[in-house]
Amino acid sequence: MTAPADLTVVENEAAQARFDDLIAQDSRIEPRDWMPDAYRKTLIRQISQHAHSEIIGMQPESNWISRAPSLKRKAILMAKVQDEAGHGLYLYSAAQTLGIGREEMTQQLIEGRARYSSIFNYTTPTWADMGAIGWLVDGAAICNQVPLCRASYGPYGRAMVRICKEESFHQRQGFEILLELMQGTEAQREMAQDAVNRWYWPSLMMFGPPDDESPNSAQSMAWNIKRFSNDDLRQRFVGMLVPQAEVLGVTLPDPNLAWNEAEQRYDMSEIDWHEFHEVLAGRGPANAERLRRRREAHEEGAWVREAAAEYARKQAAKAAAAA
Amino acid sequence: MSGETPDLGGRVGAEPRIETDPHGDVTVDRVALAEEFAGEAAGAGHAASADVAAYALGLGDDALVLAQRLGDWITRAPELEEDVALGNIALDLLGHARSLLHYAGTHDGRSEDDLAYFRDEPEFRNAWLFEQPNGDFAHTIARQLVASTYLVELYRRVEASTDATLAAIAAKASKEVDYHRDHAIQWTLRLAGGTDESRRRMLRAVEQTWPYVDELFRDDEVVARLVDEGIAPRPSSLREPFDAVIDQVFAEADLARPEGRTAFVVDGRGREGKHTEHLGPLLAEMQVLARAHPGASW
Repeated sequence: MTAPADLTVVENEAAQARFDDLIAQDSRIEPRDWMPDAYRKTLIRQISQHAHSEIIGMQPESNWISRAPSLKRKAILMAKVQDEAGHGLYLYSAAQTLGIGREEMTQQLIEGRARYSSIFNYTTPTWADMGAIGWLVDGAAICNQVPLCRASYGPYGRAMVRICKEESFHQRQGFEILLELMQGTEAQREMAQDAVNRWYWPSLMMFGPPDDESPNSAQSMAWNIKRFSNDDLRQRFVGMLVPQAEVLGVTLPDPNLAWNEAEQRYDMSEIDWHEFHEVLAGRGPANAERLRRRREAHEEGAWVREAAAEYARKQAAKAAAAA
Repeated sequence: MSGETPDLGGRVGAEPRIETDPHGDVTVDRVALAEEFAGEAAGAGHAASADVAAYALGLGDDALVLAQRLGDWITRAPELEEDVALGNIALDLLGHARSLLHYAGTHDGRSEDDLAYFRDEPEFRNAWLFEQPNGDFAHTIARQLVASTYLVELYRRVEASTDATLAAIAAKASKEVDYHRDHAIQWTLRLAGGTDESRRRMLRAVEQTWPYVDELFRDDEVVARLVDEGIAPRPSSLREPFDAVIDQVFAEADLARPEGRTAFVVDGRGREGKHTEHLGPLLAEMQVLARAHPGASW
């Protein structure tokens, strides 16, 4: 007679084999499929971080909704920030299919236990930052995210398809803001160049540490969650920026940036990884401010959420009594 | 420097290409700005008369000022769904404002941005309700309930305007404010019928919002001339259907319409350019960047 424990082992082996097979065929894993714990944990971490990034990422741009310099720009910016809230919502839903609740993810964020993209810890002192964020930050996000449309976990991949379609619009509006500024007055051109100077390096940091210092990358690539290495994506991004910077007439703030024909890649200056780690550790210009705003909105909204829950409970009780 | 826009998002990562994407090329050709100003086609580009321009300016300022207020909720709402919903409502109102200001500006060759950014406070014609601060969520909902119930009745009638541009703007806006009213009613019921705290806040918000209701329904000379030409509905004629909707909502929410309170020493006079203390700071913030760079294009 086989002990139940052994049966479980046999079943697990079969499930693992099915999972490995799906990954090998580059098929999708769906919420009801068996998956290794580590795969589930990696995805929960990555998707919730991604959702938090969308939500925190609304703040640096919402800073300019009230002061946008034309009604058309105000409308576009408002639509963009609202898209980001929508992206956060799809991503929280995708993470929920893995067995974590939104309230728990929110608590992790506001208690400072979860990460979000460090780029949003930089501030937006001028209108041109709306252009630079769209062009550089959303541009880098697109390079990172388009391959995620093929991520092996179905709900994540599908959420990313919707998100990428909107992100490309976001990048375009950022580029257009900069183009308009660069074709404008001297003060506007200076504003645009200054914003590009401030956002260029942080946007390159968005691809993460160099490949030889990126501990989680290999496993994520084996699981078909990640498709390209950090350095490859960074190269592609710079390749996309260089011709666009020429059209804009802005200078990318790296005197060593040059195409290396022999190696078929861009040479560039060393990224300041000390700054990256400092911001990651919570010592960026706006880390505390971003979390404070999110925490206040959540806490000050508690009475409203409680009212909605209580109203729903009363309605359900009324319906039950009537039945 | 070339003025051309490069192929940026036509294909994401087009240069260099990031392999093939299973979802196909991502395009951004159809950006949501296809018809920038509602009613432009219907009006065939004719300029607004002085009276029509004054009327459109008042309605446009109502929408603009309320959109500016609601935009402040984005990143501060009680739940993410409300960041989206209030953002959506703000965006709709901003769309109405743009169409109305654009049309008002055809009278004397001013653009929507000339009107939004380069008029001073006494030149703004919005009613007082719209410039009131957001307060807590209950205050915002009470203001939304009044504003959207009024706007539903207004735009339904302006849809039948003999002015083709106003009729087209109203036809588009009508569907949107209908959703805004639904949103406000749902929240009024939840807050009034939720917890003790939410009910207390909702009662206070209704009480503090109601003094701003009368102004919305006051007739004036400009509108009287437009009523005669079939261009605009008489504001006072909207009061009865407004009260009917409100009474129904309040009956379900177990709220009462505050009556007989004399809240103001003077009545709201927004259409004459007289405002509460709240409009000035709102405009200062909205206009600061545009005014720092006069003549610049954005």
